[in-house]
Amino acid sequence: MFSSKTVARVGRNYSTWKIWPKKSYSTEATFETKPFKLHKLEEGPSTSVTIGRDEALLLYRQMQTIRRMETAAGNLYKEKAIRGFCHLYSGQEACAVGMKASMISADSVITAYRAHGWTYLMGVSPVGVLAELLGRKGGCARGKGGSMHMYTKNFYGGNGIVGAQVPLGAGIGFAHKYKGDGGINISLYGDGAANQGQLFEAYNMAKLWNLPCIFVCENNGYGMGTSAERASANTNYYQRGEYIPGIWVDGMDVLAVREATRFARAMCAEGKGPVLLETATYRYHGHSMSDPGTSYRTREEIQEVRQSRDPITSFKDKMLNSNLATAEELKQIDTSVREEIDKAVKASKSDSEIGLDELAADIYAVNLEPVIRGVTSLDTVKHVNIGSRVNLN
Amino acid sequence: MAINCTRNQFQKLCHQAFRRNFSLRSAAQAKQLTVRDALNSAIDEEMERDERVFLMGEEVAQYDGAYKISRGLWKKYGDKRVIDTPITEMGFGGITVGAAMAGLRPICEFMTFNFSMQAIDQIINSAAKTLYMSAGEVNVPIVIRGPNGAAAGVAAQHSQCFGAWYSHCPGLKVISPYSSEDCRGLLKAAIRDPDPVVFLENEILYGIPMDVSDEVMSKDFVVPIGKAKIERPGSSVTLVSHSRGVQLCLEAAKELSGSGVDCEVINLRSLRPLDMETVEKSLEKTHHIVTVEQGWASSGIGAEISARIAESKSFFFLDAPILRVSGADIPMPYAKTLEAACLPQPQDIVRTVKTLLNVK
Repeated sequence: MFSSKTVARVGRNYSTWKIWPKKSYSTEATFETKPFKLHKLEEGPSTSVTIGRDEALLLYRQMQTIRRMETAAGNLYKEKAIRGFCHLYSGQEACAVGMKASMISADSVITAYRAHGWTYLMGVSPVGVLAELLGRKGGCARGKGGSMHMYTKNFYGGNGIVGAQVPLGAGIGFAHKYKGDGGINISLYGDGAANQGQLFEAYNMAKLWNLPCIFVCENNGYGMGTSAERASANTNYYQRGEYIPGIWVDGMDVLAVREATRFARAMCAEGKGPVLLETATYRYHGHSMSDPGTSYRTREEIQEVRQSRDPITSFKDKMLNSNLATAEELKQIDTSVREEIDKAVKASKSDSEIGLDELAADIYAVNLEPVIRGVTSLDTVKHVNIGSRVNLN
Repeated sequence: MAINCTRNQFQKLCHQAFRRNFSLRSAAQAKQLTVRDALNSAIDEEMERDERVFLMGEEVAQYDGAYKISRGLWKKYGDKRVIDTPITEMGFGGITVGAAMAGLRPICEFMTFNFSMQAIDQIINSAAKTLYMSAGEVNVPIVIRGPNGAAAGVAAQHSQCFGAWYSHCPGLKVISPYSSEDCRGLLKAAIRDPDPVVFLENEILYGIPMDVSDEVMSKDFVVPIGKAKIERPGSSVTLVSHSRGVQLCLEAAKELSGSGVDCEVINLRSLRPLDMETVEKSLEKTHHIVTVEQGWASSGIGAEISARIAESKSFFFLDAPILRVSGADIPMPYAKTLEAACLPQPQDIVRTVKTLLNVK
């Protein structure tokens, strides 16, 4: 299953050698992934994946942070503190975390409405995410976007329209190529969105023009309450780019996702055009908070995945068995993540909504309307600019 | 296949227009410019000025543009910056919006705005709203352009004005130019603008040469978005219109002057923002107003102007009700006489003004 190279802790210094704990760690370990399934590819990613201790600890922390943050979001929703839509990522953490691990700083991401985890990974703090969910001014969109509309550098949302993010992502990939900035774009969508016509339009042009795009179908088995089998004539989503090379990857294995992304990214960066990834994953919660998620699937099914395929538990086991970390260390991470999220919840809750002076802020980068109409002709609202308007000049 | 047929018809039509245009051009005076050349030169100059500007759409490159607006640009700028797409509006609509989010300055051409309905989600939900949703972080500097409104003999699916549709939406700037001057100055302004701009051209006007000043031909010539132009000053009645409707108003004004009616003709130029200051100032002078548009009246541009007057102090300057001249409330028929009956003609404006002013 795995092999590990056990050496004394790195960075040792003979003068302090004696006070180091006796325990030794693996600095890296190698694991076998489930086989990848390939479409239009002679060779795929390596099923033998190696990870260093520091990176493993980071990936573990990232997955735990997303899980904790989503749990907090679920609770806040139940308290009626979060309004409207709220789609949780719990169960799917390995997809985003594994991909992020293979990205470089020039790369960009656009995803659908299940966006909290990605927002965090792309650089927004848990307060930035949770405050946004609560509609508070410390939110990454000052409370104006909410659950589905979060943005940060190289992260273009958060899009609430099923499938719309995929042509947008192709356009962002187009811009990477046009500018020659060395970046590639990752566009994510679910198995439900995989049947949207506009995806096929985007695939076609991305392939015609060899755009540096990874199209990622996060197949969690259900588009809302409709199982993949009831919605798709071909449920092998990695094949559905037809002329685009595709890779099926175990989306519950963060290292497999990391490896598949590394492979796909290299293809894009070499100018070979788009690659399609299907990450086989699962969501524990309903489609959104209004969906208990039990009418179209059984509780047993959910339990079974939690027990046998959970991305965090399985990665934790790998780390422990290969000696990459001790149970104590991982527990410490869990505790510190819990504290961080608890603190973020408190900070977000005590934050306020933006004032009405910002009601008409940033409708335009350069506003030309003499007045912005309020709800009656007697009420006008002043347009102001608050955000940085990244494409102003 | 029906769609392709129709497109071919379109292309034939535009070839004809193109040929007509050539003959007109050869006879034209030095200070005349067709609407087509105004648009073409505006795109050319802005592409020269800013490396980030590119043109994408159906038949814009090798075919030289279905209506020849992009004539010569592919030869000059090459595959990187003048890009033919497959016939997939939603896809390339989204791609151009995404490219704008990521820092480029796309010009997205729809062969006609009728086909923009395929991509309207990307225009409204992605282009118009992203800046607000991102609290001012991601602005979308895109120009979405193409011929809009009624063409000739192309029936219901290809004869429609989208002015009211797009100007309904905050976050968009909507331009509906009439003249060569408008087209040149406003398209350059639109390309330089950091917000999404919907630029509604008119196919019937493409081949028409119009007088322009030396200033209009300057590379630095831009027309401010959101300002109307008084095309003809007058004192008896205000005629307010956009796009081809302005031409109809000018013709009607000419005829009405024979009956002693002195029309002021306002060319709105922009539908969002709507320059109500110019309209209201005119109304204070004439006390009578008629709105003219080729689009449907319901929830239309005339309806919006009427509502804004009714809600403002300029209501008290009205000496008579506001009247609207518009396209008939009917899907466009194919047959020539029926088509003509669905579109406002100068005579309809004349008749309306005479009724309004009680002139025989």
